[in-house]
Parts: sequence; C-alpha cells; structure tokens
Amino acid sequence: MEAVIKAEKLSKRFGDFIATNAVSFEVYPGEIFGFLGANGAGKTTAMRMLCGLSRPSSGSASIAGFDVYTQTEQIKKHIGYMSQKFSLYEDLTVVENIRLFGGIYGLSKEDVRVKTQGLLEHLKMEDQKNKLVGALPLGWKQKLAFSVAVFHKPRIVFLDEPTGGVDPITRRQFWDLIYEASQQGITVFVTTHYMDEAEYCNRVSIMVDGVIEALDTPAKLKSQYDAVSMEDVFFKLARKAKRGAD
Amino acid sequence: MRTLIVLLQKEFRQIFRNKAILPLIFVMPTVQLLILPLAADYEIKNIKLAVIDQDHSPYSAKLISKITGSGYFQLTHFGNSYPQGFKTIETEKADLVLNIPLGFEKNLIREQQNSLFIAINAINGVKAGLGGSYLAKIIQEFNMEINLDWTRVIQNGTEQKIETLNSAWYNPGMNYNFFMVPGILAALVTMMGTYMTSVNIVKEKEVGTIEQINVTPVNKMYFILAKLIPFWVIGMFVFSVGLGIIANLVYGISSQGSLFLLYLFLGIYLVAILGLGLLVSTYSETQQQAMSITFFFVMIFMLMSGLFTPIDSMPSWARAISYLSPLTYFIEVMRMIVLKGSGFDDLQYQFFVILLFAVLMNTWAILNYRKTN
Repeated sequence: MEAVIKAEKLSKRFGDFIATNAVSFEVYPGEIFGFLGANGAGKTTAMRMLCGLSRPSSGSASIAGFDVYTQTEQIKKHIGYMSQKFSLYEDLTVVENIRLFGGIYGLSKEDVRVKTQGLLEHLKMEDQKNKLVGALPLGWKQKLAFSVAVFHKPRIVFLDEPTGGVDPITRRQFWDLIYEASQQGITVFVTTHYMDEAEYCNRVSIMVDGVIEALDTPAKLKSQYDAVSMEDVFFKLARKAKRGAD
Repeated sequence: MRTLIVLLQKEFRQIFRNKAILPLIFVMPTVQLLILPLAADYEIKNIKLAVIDQDHSPYSAKLISKITGSGYFQLTHFGNSYPQGFKTIETEKADLVLNIPLGFEKNLIREQQNSLFIAINAINGVKAGLGGSYLAKIIQEFNMEINLDWTRVIQNGTEQKIETLNSAWYNPGMNYNFFMVPGILAALVTMMGTYMTSVNIVKEKEVGTIEQINVTPVNKMYFILAKLIPFWVIGMFVFSVGLGIIANLVYGISSQGSLFLLYLFLGIYLVAILGLGLLVSTYSETQQQAMSITFFFVMIFMLMSGLFTPIDSMPSWARAISYLSPLTYFIEVMRMIVLKGSGFDDLQYQFFVILLFAVLMNTWAILNYRKTN
C-alpha cells in the first residue's frame, strides 16, 4: 500500500538546537498512528513540518503525495489539523465556526448546511449550536474542534495532544470519534501523553531527544521491551532522555 | 470569492461582538473631536499683565485703558515701583510687565518720541511671543492715534502714512476651529485605523487561532482583505460622522470643495494606513508590542504632519520626516478641499503620493505575512 505520510531524515534546527533530528517513518492510509514522546522531544515541531506550517531544515517528506517544501498549499487542502492550543474562534458560535471552516475549505453552502445538521445531531450539540464556543465546557470544545478538523473529509488529520485536560469519559468519547474517522478512511496522526490512548493506536512511535527510538504496533513494542504496558515501554525509553522537559 | 465572503462575515461578527471595540470606534472620536479643538487654538487670551505707571498722566491712563480694553490682557498688578512689578513675574502673577516711565506724556508731546519698556516671562514661548507682539501692536496703534491728534492740533496734517489692511482668505473670521477641526478629524481617523488593524491580527496570534487559519488552504490575500475591509468601512463611517455631524453642526464647517473628491482620497488613504497597521501586526507577536509600535508612529504623525505647527518652519531634515508621514498629505488635502475648495488639478501630487503609500504598505505587509515559517 502507498504510504500517505513519508518522512525521510526530516530535521529542524533552531540555531544550535536540533528540535527534530533526521526522523524517518511512513504512515499508511486509514492507520491510527500514535506519535509519543516526553515534553520537548520534538513531536510538535515534527508535526508542524508535516502540516506545512514550518519549513524543514533538511530531509524530505511528502504528505498525500505532496512535497513539504514546495507544495504546502496543496498539502493544506488534504489535511485537517487540531493544535495543542484550542483554536476555534471563541467569540463565534458553534454553527458559525463550522460554516467558517467549511467555507474556507471550499465546501458549498448547501453542503455545509446539510453536514452541519448531521454533525450537530451526532455530537448531540443541537441545543448548543447558537452558543458562543467560548462558553462551552472543554470536553465539548475538543470534540467540536476535532469534528471541524475532519469536516472537509481530509486524507489525514493531525491531532496535537487533543485530549489534554479532558475528563476520562470525554476522552473515551473523543476516541470513538477518532475511530469513526479512521473507519471512513481518514488517516489519524495523533500525539498524546496518555499511555492508555497509545494502546488504541495501530502503530506507535516514541521520540526521545528529537530522534525516533522505537516504532511498531503496541503489542510488538511491549514484547520487544519486555513490558506489561505501553506506559512501561515509554518509561524504559524516555528515561534515557538528556534534554530537560520544557 | 465565497472564501472572502465567509471571512468577512467572521470579521464583522467578531468586531461587533467585541464590547470593548464599539465604544472605541464610536464614542472616542466624537468626544475627542469635541474636546481637542478647544486646546488647539493659537489665539492667546487672558495674558496676565502688570503695569508700572510712574507717569500718572492722562496719556498713560489712556494707553492702559486701551490695552485692557483689547480683551487679550488681564491687569493683575498696578503699581509704580519697577522692582515690585518685576516680582509679579517671578511669582507667576504676570506674564508681561509694562513700564511707563516718569515724564512719558511730557516727552511724547514735546519731543514726539519716547520709550516704553516691556518685560516678558518667556517660559511659555508661544504666550510670550504672541503676548509681546499684541502689546507692541496696541502701543503702535496708540502712537498713531496720538500722532493724528497732534497733527490735527498743529494743523499741518500733510504727513503721508502707509497703512496695511489684512484680509484673511478662505477663513475670513480667522477662526481656528476652521483650521483645526478638519486636521484633527484626519488625525483621529488615522489613529483609529492603525490601532485597530495592528491589534487585530496579533490577537489571533496570541489566542492561537492564526495557526488554524495557516493550516488551511486559505489564500492569504483573501485573509488580509477580510481583515482590511471592515476597518475600511468603519473608517469611512467614523469620518462621515465627524465631518457631517460634528464638524458641520457643532463647528459650522461645510466643505467648499467636492465631497466625492474628498471621499476618493479618504478611500485610498484608509487603504494606506490600514496597510501600515497590518505591517506592524506582521512584525509583532503580542498585542502589547503592536500597540507600542503603533503608538510610536502615531505620535510622530500627530506632531509632525502640520496639524499643530506649520511644516515650513521645521528644519529641512525634519521636513523630510513630515513628508514621509501619510497624515501630512491627508491634512493638506482636507484643508485644501474643505476650506479652499481645491479641485483634483491642485491635488494630483497628494493623490499620487498616497496611492504609492497604499501600494507599498500593503505589498510589504502581504509579503511579510507568511503561512509557513
């Protein structure tokens, strides 16, 4: 199967500091790919390069067949992105946010209207549709942000710590949404600090000090590192880190 | 096109939902336009005058009543000792001291000449200069009247006199409001436009929403246009309120020239200064930075654009700075169209320069705004 994300020795330098050091990996269509690492390991930097937000210092990568140096605007048409910082407009209502991003991705008015209705029903947010997003509880905000990120049916969705600060029940519901998206053929690229979430992924990579130290399915990683859980695997690898947490 | 409409809807909603921005847009300029012209009046009134009259003659009394009757002076001290009179300047009780020496009347009649002494407190340069020259003018007039009196008495009134008569064109009443209000309105529109645009994009940087926009395939031209258009409309609106309601109804100023021409210039001008605001915002990371940089520019614009003081009296290097300020051209055009009724032929140069500003600022801002860094 043709990989949908291909990274080859991808690096990003900020002065003397090498945030991401020659990482190489491939992600296949429909996969849920966990991107793990301690704070400051270089995950967000790597993800920003793949999304066309940050220009790599060296190496190569292609997303949905488009080059990260020359075709960033093409890449942006085919991906969804949900950043660490909540980034829907808090001073717009739920519906206004959906319409805004639907419009930006070039969906027709009618299309947006129909899909918005379906989305609100699915999230059980019909009563909240005219509320300002800023007034919603965090868990709802995150579910909404995810739904907006996949609203235009991208090939890949990038999620940067999407469940930070969210309660366990909402986290569970959030992962249900991720599975649904994956079943519709959307590739999911997700970073997280919750090791139970790592178990939900098809494959997991663990970054330490800007380098990918391990990459495999959760089951294989556990047997390879002789660990009972992903948490155990993570401890064994991340303990080697020399970079302090930021 | 649909992208632009969607983005415009977003911007207008956000502006009108912001409880802090609405008063800023509508109340502040109105209040400022009502208050500022009171301060920007060069006519000096209530100059405190101390008179030391050592002559006590009918002529000295006549001179004093002529001075106090002019309406510019307030007699705060009257005495006959010079050191005592001078003290009033030291204690800030007087701005000017006029000394009428002993024998003033006698010498004036007998020898047709005399000298008076004026001491001026020059801490406030404008007040001192104008006060001194008002007083000198009154004394000169007084001198002429006496001359006339005497020539009439002696009956040899053949003396030739040259008298200058002034007539103030375009502002017959020499009303400072006519001069200041259009200029202040231009400055207010400038201030508001640059502040609001500079802060707007930076706010998205601070909140983090700009990242969500940058990761979409949105055309950055549309994104920037959607940021500019609402403030352009607001600028037009505020200007219209200022000109049509406040300048017209409160100050009785109505444009002598073509309103179409004025609005055409304003339209281009707003694009130029909103472009400056955008440019500032592309270089700033926080709203505080954006505000500080804008404040720097706005201060220079306010004081160096010929609003309060004529550009021609600045040294040539400072004049060069004035001509780099877009506000200089707007104030010129405002005064020329509103007060003088100038037409396009007289304003071609200003139109050309402001168009250049508009193109330059916006091109720079668009080039400097990058979705990928």
